[in-house]
Amino acid sequence: MGSQGGFYQSKEFLDLVKSIGEARSKAEEDRIVLNEIETLKRRISEPDIPKRKMKEYIIRLVYVEMLGHDASFGYIHAVKMTHDDSLLVKRTGYLAVTLFLNEDHDLIILIVNTIQKDLKSDNFLVVCAALNAVSKLINEETIPAVLPQVVELLAHPKEAVRKKAIMALHRFYQKSPSSVSHLVSNFRKRLCDNDPGVMGATLCPLFDLITRDVNSYKDLVISFVSILKQVVERRVPKAYDYHQMPAPFIQIKLLKILALLGSGDKQSSAKMYTVVGDIFRKCDSSSNIGNAILYECICCVSSIYPNPKLLESAADVISRFLKSDSHNLKYMGVDALGRLIKISPEIAEQHQLAVIDCLEDPDDTLKRKTFELLYKMTKSTNVEVIVDRMIDYMISINDNHYKTEIASRCVELAEQFAPSNRWFIQTMNKVFEHAGDLVNIKVAHNLMRLIAEGFGEDDDTADSQLRSSAVESYLCILGEPKLPSVFLQVICWVLGEYGTTDGKFSASYIIGKLCDVAEAYSNDETVKAYAVTALMKIHTFEIAAGRKVDMLPECQSLMEELLASHSTDLQQRAYELQAVIGLDAHAVACIMPSDASCEDIEVDKGLSFLNGYIQESIEKGAQPYIPESERSGMLNISNFRSQDHHEASSHGLRFEAYELPKPIVQSKIPPASLASTELVPVPEKMYPRESYQTTVPSVSSDAGPSELKLRLDGVQMKWGRPTFSPATSTSNSTISQKTVNGITQVDGASTANSRTRETYDSRKPQVEISPEKKKLAASLFGGSSKTEKRAATGHKISKSSSHMVEKSHVPKSSMEVASEKTPPVQQPLDLLDLGEPTVTSTVPSVDPFKQLEGLVDTTQVASAVNHGLTAAAKSPDIMALYSETPADGDLLSGVLNPSMTNMPGGTTTRQSMPRSKGPNPKDSLEKDALVRQMGVTPASQNPNLFKDLLG
Amino acid sequence: MIHFVLLISRQGKVRLIKWYSPYSQKERTKVIRELSGVILTRGPKLCNFVEWRGFKVVYKRYASLYFCMCIDQDDNELEILEIIHHYVEILDRYFGSVCELDLIFNFHKAYYILDEILIAGELQESSKKTVALLIAAQDSLVETAKEQAGSISNIIAQATK
Repeated sequence: MGSQGGFYQSKEFLDLVKSIGEARSKAEEDRIVLNEIETLKRRISEPDIPKRKMKEYIIRLVYVEMLGHDASFGYIHAVKMTHDDSLLVKRTGYLAVTLFLNEDHDLIILIVNTIQKDLKSDNFLVVCAALNAVSKLINEETIPAVLPQVVELLAHPKEAVRKKAIMALHRFYQKSPSSVSHLVSNFRKRLCDNDPGVMGATLCPLFDLITRDVNSYKDLVISFVSILKQVVERRVPKAYDYHQMPAPFIQIKLLKILALLGSGDKQSSAKMYTVVGDIFRKCDSSSNIGNAILYECICCVSSIYPNPKLLESAADVISRFLKSDSHNLKYMGVDALGRLIKISPEIAEQHQLAVIDCLEDPDDTLKRKTFELLYKMTKSTNVEVIVDRMIDYMISINDNHYKTEIASRCVELAEQFAPSNRWFIQTMNKVFEHAGDLVNIKVAHNLMRLIAEGFGEDDDTADSQLRSSAVESYLCILGEPKLPSVFLQVICWVLGEYGTTDGKFSASYIIGKLCDVAEAYSNDETVKAYAVTALMKIHTFEIAAGRKVDMLPECQSLMEELLASHSTDLQQRAYELQAVIGLDAHAVACIMPSDASCEDIEVDKGLSFLNGYIQESIEKGAQPYIPESERSGMLNISNFRSQDHHEASSHGLRFEAYELPKPIVQSKIPPASLASTELVPVPEKMYPRESYQTTVPSVSSDAGPSELKLRLDGVQMKWGRPTFSPATSTSNSTISQKTVNGITQVDGASTANSRTRETYDSRKPQVEISPEKKKLAASLFGGSSKTEKRAATGHKISKSSSHMVEKSHVPKSSMEVASEKTPPVQQPLDLLDLGEPTVTSTVPSVDPFKQLEGLVDTTQVASAVNHGLTAAAKSPDIMALYSETPADGDLLSGVLNPSMTNMPGGTTTRQSMPRSKGPNPKDSLEKDALVRQMGVTPASQNPNLFKDLLG
Repeated sequence: MIHFVLLISRQGKVRLIKWYSPYSQKERTKVIRELSGVILTRGPKLCNFVEWRGFKVVYKRYASLYFCMCIDQDDNELEILEIIHHYVEILDRYFGSVCELDLIFNFHKAYYILDEILIAGELQESSKKTVALLIAAQDSLVETAKEQAGSISNIIAQATK
């Protein structure tokens, strides 16, 4: 190790590090660091500090900043250091500035000049240091200043420089794609670089370029495939091997690129099949890196034009991942499954139990990944179970970011697949109740729209039922404390609009409730505004219906309060209410027609009804209106500003290249025009109407792609046939289902079938799968599996109940069968009637799911038997594969040896290391001795410090 | 891409941090606090990935030190685990069975080495040999500089005798 492990710093610095290490509390540490900052502030500004000392100060600054304190007073010194002639000092300077400064820092302008100079240096190490800084510090404005030089460096004789130059250009591309758009040919050329490192680096910018525009790079498919082939065949230098895999990081990058290029392109994909197949075969699945490549292969296979053979290999790998004991691999398996089910949905079936295990795993990360998978495989048959699970989980977590995400997913699924409107409203209520402030306000508007419009034009009674059920549930929910604002807005609106429609609740009752809301949430002006408008509606409906309304005392006091409110909006609403109450029935009905929220309002954007007034004013001598863009005064100001700006920038460094034209300005235009249309003047109290206005057209066209829209067609169908309605209500209906099952058994089960079932049952106890889990599996995977699974298992078990389906499909491969089988879900009704209940009940033996589980079980058991092991290990070879590989194993020795942490002193630790590598104790002893020589005795409280990271 | 690399001890002390995406000083402190809270409390058998603010953080524990990298949603976690391991192996080769103490006192060297492996949040070199050669080339400068300094101080020492 020589001097490399030595410590060059002064005793002072070592003492600082040591005292920080020994600090017993955060407060103590802060005190030490603040002291250090004071010292540095004083010393660093002294004149004539020797370079060596200065270098150390800068490193101490880095240390201080690393501990989370502000070292900005020293930034300028770090910048100065980059100007130094000596590479050593310069390198420290560059390191410090790259750590201190973000790309938008003011000091960067002072470094650009130095960087320019250094990029021209003869010493390649100087160039490398400068390029490191370039890729961190150069921002969009300064790219032109260094770009020509960086491009020149692409031809530098040293491969390290070429590589860094490529990476710098990649960074430029990320910051401003237009700045390097003319350099694409250079990237292509570097792909053929002799040095694999440079070639590997070139894949980074190419990946980004291809992501943006796939079609211009289709010609490179052959090159990428041949490079990948060479890598797989070990034709790259041995130095790039990693854990016996040939250049795995390059392989992964190439697979990523191929996935992009082959997506939806049959021709290009065909060129990749061989090499990807090779990787599947050759990849060593016992090492972590091998699995990383396999995972990338799956991603690639699921992205390119499907190939049955590759999909099969991918499915094999996935099942290995899911069966592994390593959580990492399970996680990757769930992720990969999510990718593959898009192409071959039937593979989810085989893994249902594994997936449910992951869902119930204590590991949060794995759980979330599994929810993501469920989200991807949701359909109308399992939406209820999945969304219920999601909401339960949503309630249980505190992480706002994830809560928002999962809430919006619940909303999305509910909108897409809701089996009934009642369920939809209940689900939305739950989501709003627990994550109301996190969901998009549009969702609330959507919910209001749904309640107002109902789900079909033909069925008015259903609509009114829906409304009254919504009103009822909201009145119920209002009792709960602390509801989110968005939810309250919905509630107020619905109560105002439909609270009294069905006559179940009296106006005074609803009014009372609304007043309670306004009082309980008196800080929330939006809710209050909604409540007042709702009050107004109730009152007007009553007046219009010819009933006499007396102001309730609480309403009266609320009004009085609002009439004097600081918010002009609230005040206005209150005055309007007051005015409206005084009117007669006919006038009121014109102002507030009942249930008119769905009617279109035409907004006269040109305000043409004011024309007469304008004409009159102009005749009286008023100035005509000048559009903002044509106002001359404004123009002058902006002109002036730009001049000013120009002047300011001329003080700084000037490079001609700054003047380069920027071609992409177009993208900025659309938002501006959008904003202007939003400025349509619509009276504020018409919030909801406004939102309908925009959505109504898309409803009528029905095929509108708007995301938030309900897909009502699917829902309708579900409602039409109640027999389909899925399986959540298991508990109360099990008895009747059993009898149905009994009939099926008598009717259809062949002897062979029952025999196989028996064998499964006898084996079942060995594996122990709880009935709830099976039930869950059935309800999650149920919808699709009914028919598909029969196809999958059809080869092995003869299923009498589905023979008619089977016959037609037997000759085909199971894949094709599955893809064709999705439609037959709506096949003969009686078949489904028999099939459906079995899905839900857990006991009866005809359950097709259990048969599937049995299948899974038997394979597991069989493999265990084959290897002569007991039930302890699921499948021994996989265990061996996924337990930590020997190479990684020693890394964990620290974790595996808890006894070490109890050792009192740093020196004793080493003696107690039973499994360390040969030279380690000696090395550590040397290090310890060295540290002691320096006069530092590192914290004895933490012997871990001496423990080798790798062993 | 990798947004930042964080080395943090079992006790929550930062041993090295490098940002590849812009974060303000305030955000940086918050990120470190938040992540150390999440990662240090995770059990040993759970997976080495954490979903966090729409990103993923891949971490691995070596002795008492946690190596963490924050990546995008669509990156390959297993690959990142191996990049971490790649870095640790190079550190190990450089320091000669590296331990946390090496990194505490030589954190700037750990930065230099990291700069040869990652650049702008991407892996730039996957050959350990190349990295070792580059670092050695840089260190040889340090050696000569030290010798010079040494010889000057020798001369002064002799002169003042």
